[in-house]
Amino acid sequence: MLALVPLAFVVAEVVEVGWAGVRELVFRPRVAELLGNTAQLVVGTVLLCAVLGVGAAWLVERSALPGRRLWHVLLVAPLAVPAFVNSYAWISLLPGLDTYGGALLVVTLSYFPFVYLPVVAAFRGLDPALEDTARGLGLSGPAVFRRVQLPQLRVALLGGSLLVALHVLAEFGALQMLRYPTFTTAIYDQYRATFNGPGATALAGVLLLLSLGLLLAELRLRGVRGYARTGAGVARAGRPVRLGALAVPALLGLGGLVALSLAVPLGSLALWMVRGSSTALDRSALLETTGTTLGLAAVAAVVTTAMALPTGWLAVRARGRVATLLERSTYLGSSVPAIVIALALVTVSLEVTPWAYQTVPVLLAAYAILFLPRAIVTVRAAVEQAPPLYDDVAASLGSSAADRLRRVTLPLLAPGLGAGAALVFLAVVTELTATLLLAPIGTTTLASAFWSASSALEYGAAAPYAVVMVLLSAPATVLLSRDARRGLTT
Amino acid sequence: MSSLTVTGVTKSYGATPVLTGVDLHVPEGGFTALLGPSGCGKTTLLRLVAGFDDPDRGTVEIGGRTVAGAGRSVPARRRHIGFVPQEGGLFPHLSVAGNVAFGLPRRQRRDAGRVAALLELVGLDAALAERSPHQLSGGQQQRVALARALAPAPSLVLLDEPFSSLDASLREETRQAVADALTAAGATAVLVTHDQAEALSMADQVAVLRGGTLVQLADPRTLYRSPQDLDVATFVGESVVLDADVRGGRAHSALGVLDLDRTCPDGPVRVLLRPEQLRLGPAAGAGPRARVRGVDFFGHDARVRLELPSGVEFSARLEGWDLPAAGDDVTVGVLGAALPFPGDDARVPA
Repeated sequence: MLALVPLAFVVAEVVEVGWAGVRELVFRPRVAELLGNTAQLVVGTVLLCAVLGVGAAWLVERSALPGRRLWHVLLVAPLAVPAFVNSYAWISLLPGLDTYGGALLVVTLSYFPFVYLPVVAAFRGLDPALEDTARGLGLSGPAVFRRVQLPQLRVALLGGSLLVALHVLAEFGALQMLRYPTFTTAIYDQYRATFNGPGATALAGVLLLLSLGLLLAELRLRGVRGYARTGAGVARAGRPVRLGALAVPALLGLGGLVALSLAVPLGSLALWMVRGSSTALDRSALLETTGTTLGLAAVAAVVTTAMALPTGWLAVRARGRVATLLERSTYLGSSVPAIVIALALVTVSLEVTPWAYQTVPVLLAAYAILFLPRAIVTVRAAVEQAPPLYDDVAASLGSSAADRLRRVTLPLLAPGLGAGAALVFLAVVTELTATLLLAPIGTTTLASAFWSASSALEYGAAAPYAVVMVLLSAPATVLLSRDARRGLTT
Repeated sequence: MSSLTVTGVTKSYGATPVLTGVDLHVPEGGFTALLGPSGCGKTTLLRLVAGFDDPDRGTVEIGGRTVAGAGRSVPARRRHIGFVPQEGGLFPHLSVAGNVAFGLPRRQRRDAGRVAALLELVGLDAALAERSPHQLSGGQQQRVALARALAPAPSLVLLDEPFSSLDASLREETRQAVADALTAAGATAVLVTHDQAEALSMADQVAVLRGGTLVQLADPRTLYRSPQDLDVATFVGESVVLDADVRGGRAHSALGVLDLDRTCPDGPVRVLLRPEQLRLGPAAGAGPRARVRGVDFFGHDARVRLELPSGVEFSARLEGWDLPAAGDDVTVGVLGAALPFPGDDARVPA
């Protein structure tokens, strides 16, 4: 239910404003400009990410490149750097990056692993026997790629691309810092300027439509995803393709990609750490902020996982329309960009529960809506690991319902619940947009402290917060690199 | 250990009837197999006995106590039942010892000697006790599942197709170990299976289920030699079914004049022979002639596919020593008597 609040809010506001009002608010040059900007950026990023992701995945999985395991880790690692930190790293080094090209560069470098990961997993699942068969039928190397591998990668590639598109639509911090206006940043500015006019809501409505369109496409893909997984058993490892003379350019390419996506942000952070230390690092503030962030993240993780449990349970054990609808509605609710969720919760809490405005529970609600699907995906998988058979067996051995819960069900679910909570925890640590709008006055998280420092161009003061965030995100990256499909879905 | 009596049990899921009026009695210490093709309701019957589900009508009694029906429903955990599911269903988060001791009272769970004795009962090395289920082979998992079921000394052990996921060599060995353990424990057991060889070789009583009703309840030999109808006959083993005409107590068929197993009025019937009742002789010998269409060689024996001049096809089971080749002409002799199915009993297998 909670997940549908933002959706209901936007619909209600639009109804209130009326069709004429909406037309006036939506059909104006500014909106057209934003739409153009957003579309340009989404299309550009998706294309670049697809090329980089597939290329890197092929090199890592199928070529005889030296050090492939290391490359895999290095190519997933950029996920540990939040996009807005990456953006800060670049703009603080090259202030001239506040252009379309700059935005495209930064966002692509932050998000290409979203394509890389599922495609790597798909490559791994491909049965090399199919490629051998194709070669046996007389197909050349490129023809094998085009006619055999690419069709099988299609689902992974499209899924990853849609994920990138959803993230770009919702991206706020990185683009705001690069001064590249999209719907999300415009909504924020509108909100800051007029506090909460219908203008922001109308923009949110358009953004919402775009996101829902992408989500529908994602759901349709999700239905056929099994296709990419069929050969998932332990397929015989294929013989890596020798690159010959192309090995050097391939290595240089991968090296360049890793340098741009990992070395530049980390180097830039290190640089500002060194420079910033001259301006006296405020240790106590950093510690306090870290404490606040960890506390919020821990509570949000527990609350969100607890909410995910019934939904995940019903989705597996009581397969039916209601359960499916419930599960889907949480996905629906959270394909909504963070900015819209935050805006909705601001308005709703002001109008319905004024005493709750800018309090921790509302912030936690925002986190729950945003990250519920991550928790549901893992909880669901855990419930699937605990079929009702175990319950029957335990009952036949004389175990009572409470005893079964304690001795069978909970131990079986524990790893999944833990993983779900960890994913939510780490996502909350680097959440910026909703935190900026909803955090109670005086409550600063790592992300919001970093944001206020870097917005004031105090790059040195911002660096320590970014470093802590990157360090905390690193474990999430490990989780993600293990199972490409799980947890990625926002 | 106790007897099991099922009376008039009926069960539907939604509008689909799964069991209709099933009566079954398993004597104390007996080993009964529920045999039937998939979807015949045998697993449902087992679940009703176990208490995982309630019957719509009818009663289930274990050791003279009504546990289901007649307004009562004793929950599964109070029925003292040992349940061995398909593929073992070992708790993945517990060690072998933890699994085996699961149903024991709390104080006895730490008793390593008890676990070792149970593992020994099912023919496993006590050194396996600290392993995880996933470190065991399929056959070992089944044996641990049986040890777990036997641990609380249940009144009745239910086995749900426990061997179907094992490969052939392991299956034979595991069946033997399970049968031995059940005998040693003196347990009353019910085994669900769709494998007729398994039912015939392990059980002392076989209940054949078809379309939710019990068609025949008999000991394995009776079932094989005197099946209720031709459908049961072909389900429990390979068959040679011929049209025949009964005159004066003997059947006149394409394989000659056959003695009958039971008296039968004159008239048209279908007769059942088992392929191992047929013997082949040289083409020059006496008796009906047939042509060999092909030979399926299994090593210890072989199936010889034959065709009569009239076009009727059938098979003979022969020892593997002296076999004809495809295309040979042979004469066919019959050992023993044929079983006649007049009129309504002559249901043609689907």
